[in-house]
Amino acid sequence: MTASATRRHPGLNLDHGDEAAQLQTEELMFGFWIFLMSDLVLFALLFATFGTLRHALAGGPGPQTLFELGSAAKETALLLASSFTFGLATLSMKHEHATGAVLGWMGLTLLLGAGFLGLEVHDFVSMTDKGGGIDRSAFTAATFALVGTHGLHVTFGSLWIVVMMIQVGLIGHRRDDSPTHAAGRRKLVDRVHNRMLRLALFWHFLDIVWIGIFSFVYLGGLAR
Amino acid sequence: MSLWHALFGKLGYDALPFYSAIATGAASMVVIGALVTVAGLTWFGAWGTLWREWLTSVDHKRIGIMYVVIALVMLSRALIEGCLMRAQQAVAYDQKGFLTPDHFSQLFSTHGTIMIFFMAMPFLIGVINFVMPLQIGARDVSFPVLNSVSLALTAAGAALLMVSLCLGKFSTGGWSGYPPYTEIAYSPGVGVDYWIWALSLSSIGTTMTGLNFAVTIYKKRAPGLTLMRMPLFVWAALCTAILMVFAMPPLTVATSLLALDRYAGAHFFTNGGGGNMMNYVNLFWLFGHPEVYILILPAFGVFSEVFSTFSAKALYGYTSLVIAVMAIAVLSFTVWLHHFFTMGQGADVNSAFGIATMLIGIPTGVKIYDWIATMYRGRVRFSVPLLYALAFLILFAVGGLSGILLANPGVDYQVHNTVFLVAHFHNVIIPGVLFGMLAAYHYWFPKAFGFRLDERWGRISCALWTAGFLLAFMPLYVLGAMGLPRRTVSYTEAAYHPWTLIAAGGAALLFAALASLIIQLVVSIRHRAALAVPAGDPWDGRNLEWSVAAPPPEYNFATLPHVDGIDAFARRKSAHDAYPAPPAYEDIEIPRPSALGPAIGIAGVAAGFGLTWHIWWMAGLGLLLAIGAVIARSFVRETIEVIDAATVAAEDRAWRALLASEPAVDRDAECASANRGLALPEAV
Repeated sequence: MTASATRRHPGLNLDHGDEAAQLQTEELMFGFWIFLMSDLVLFALLFATFGTLRHALAGGPGPQTLFELGSAAKETALLLASSFTFGLATLSMKHEHATGAVLGWMGLTLLLGAGFLGLEVHDFVSMTDKGGGIDRSAFTAATFALVGTHGLHVTFGSLWIVVMMIQVGLIGHRRDDSPTHAAGRRKLVDRVHNRMLRLALFWHFLDIVWIGIFSFVYLGGLAR
Repeated sequence: MSLWHALFGKLGYDALPFYSAIATGAASMVVIGALVTVAGLTWFGAWGTLWREWLTSVDHKRIGIMYVVIALVMLSRALIEGCLMRAQQAVAYDQKGFLTPDHFSQLFSTHGTIMIFFMAMPFLIGVINFVMPLQIGARDVSFPVLNSVSLALTAAGAALLMVSLCLGKFSTGGWSGYPPYTEIAYSPGVGVDYWIWALSLSSIGTTMTGLNFAVTIYKKRAPGLTLMRMPLFVWAALCTAILMVFAMPPLTVATSLLALDRYAGAHFFTNGGGGNMMNYVNLFWLFGHPEVYILILPAFGVFSEVFSTFSAKALYGYTSLVIAVMAIAVLSFTVWLHHFFTMGQGADVNSAFGIATMLIGIPTGVKIYDWIATMYRGRVRFSVPLLYALAFLILFAVGGLSGILLANPGVDYQVHNTVFLVAHFHNVIIPGVLFGMLAAYHYWFPKAFGFRLDERWGRISCALWTAGFLLAFMPLYVLGAMGLPRRTVSYTEAAYHPWTLIAAGGAALLFAALASLIIQLVVSIRHRAALAVPAGDPWDGRNLEWSVAAPPPEYNFATLPHVDGIDAFARRKSAHDAYPAPPAYEDIEIPRPSALGPAIGIAGVAAGFGLTWHIWWMAGLGLLLAIGAVIARSFVRETIEVIDAATVAAEDRAWRALLASEPAVDRDAECASANRGLALPEAV
């Protein structure tokens, strides 16, 4: 394998000789990994905070009263499915399927993400209704902070998907679509690819964090 | 809810600073300063230039300079606040003094917050921004627009602090903002909110800066510049960047959770409701201790450059210095608990952290000896940067030793929360960080602006900083050992009084030092023709930043340099091939200016101010503007402009012609006007 071939990224089809574009991709992706690391430190600390405060009920309702396993399970299913559909969006971009296919998978991901957020809002409202609002105890505060921060991330990710759907729609995702203005267009398409790859990382990253939340907050809280 | 409340939140006439003459005076100075700046910009018709060439610039050199400008402005404010506190303590023996306790508390809170987050941080980020890409032979950082956004976020935080002088009262909770005191129950005003949002803005900016620097150093080094050939300043910058990526999130979490307590009635750190304030203390110092090394490592990097350049020798023990700087970076995450030995975690935990703390003394000691050995048998010139470095070497060792004392939990129990601690951290931060940054300012100023700073005023200033520091802070060791608690507004113990008087005298000298720094700048600008060093190498420098013109062209290097060893430029000079002419020139792509930074900055101030005063529409608008600006930016198609090869060639040849016409001077003439920036290499 040549040096440039080994540097190829999944989801990206760059020409073998396209060293500049590959180096740029490398820099962007590396930077995004570092961002994710920093973000993970943030989540780790929220987990730690939850860990220290999970028994601090202050006489208020605990996880047995507040959490609904069914709802959390549905959320998990939706989010994992959305990761799968986003993977399919990436693959259909890599294999240069029709723009409609890419947009379809992204749209489906967005729907699943919205379903997740809807259920999460339902959870928060029902917790508050049962007397476990954010201001009830340190335990509820830590739960809202951890789960809410994840939800906020999913919200921004969904907004990002919308923006990327517009960009894929406007610019396209195939490098060789248009012979006119080829060089400039290719740069734009490269940019769309790079952004899609980073969005994919972000979206899958949120999945991993959610698995932590599901295990420690929900299963850990409901286990007797 | 009234219309007033909907429009202006908690803002009212009582927010105006008429509660004391000093507060009114300070607010007037801010307002007058702002008006004079606006009037000056209008008078000189400089708004367009400011916008096009500076605010929207994504050039790492200009962003670096703007960071340093913020740092110097904020230094002036916070130093005056320090002087006020010292003056208060000097007169407040057996009487109230001229500051109310509440005002005094605001002063120590803003003084600390500013000095750490809006003086030291912007200063070192600015210096790294300017120097590091030049030293690694790159044309810019990896993410130039993100760099501009980081600057804007820091500036927005600084702006909030300046606004807090004019509207409302700042936090009285100290720079570390410990709850439960900073909870809504005990601090119902807007002060803590100002503190939270100013810090949050700047900490997000700093996280992005760390990311940017780390990627730049890993990915953008010139061909041949392997890791173990990097200048030590770049190593320090890399460690700092890594610390920023990992250590800023704890601060973001700590301030965000405190904000949830204050705004949403949560119980993270409250007394009741199951809250646990120790969580805050752990989170804060999980940030706070690495932060100490974020501050000091760049200064170590600067001193490494200064010792080596002004001794005309390669650094002694380069490898050991690299290992030491990395060891410090790693160890810095293992000692946070020594900030609260007295808060009840027991002897076993305390001793583990005490030992870890003392361990950091080892790599630091290695560095001190390496620097001394670098000077040994060197051609040492006592220029201003080296004077700062020497003052650092001695005074920092003293500060480090008092740190070793404090690292012993038994001793810490005796002197914690006294001014002994204040003396210790000023003893490491002033000779360490501030002297480091001032050395950097004198060392790289000619590179940034094309002329040297006035040597005589530089020496005066250095002497004043050193003497002022000694007089102001050595007495605090004594006072601390005598038991004077930190943050004391007045006292009745007669034995304290002589020492507080001496400390106040030191503070006056520090104020004179600041003034002399400003005088030096004015004098230097007036004599800039005689001080000019257009050829770019006034100090016989050893690294790549000195191998280009001063100021450097926008693209830094006409052709990217190749590096074949440590001290790349010194090697070229000793091989009598200092300025190899490139065989050919190529088109250079540089990023276009972007308004994203200023837009995010304005959005940040609006969001922070709105949240502080509960003006919800303003906060929402700020957030929307920030998100909208980022999305809009993602639709900008042309983000790059090309400087064609002919322009590059013409500029480079003009500089080469200048090189040929300037006299090469030896080190005896370093501070004479004959020094035009072309160095006659020392015979080694």
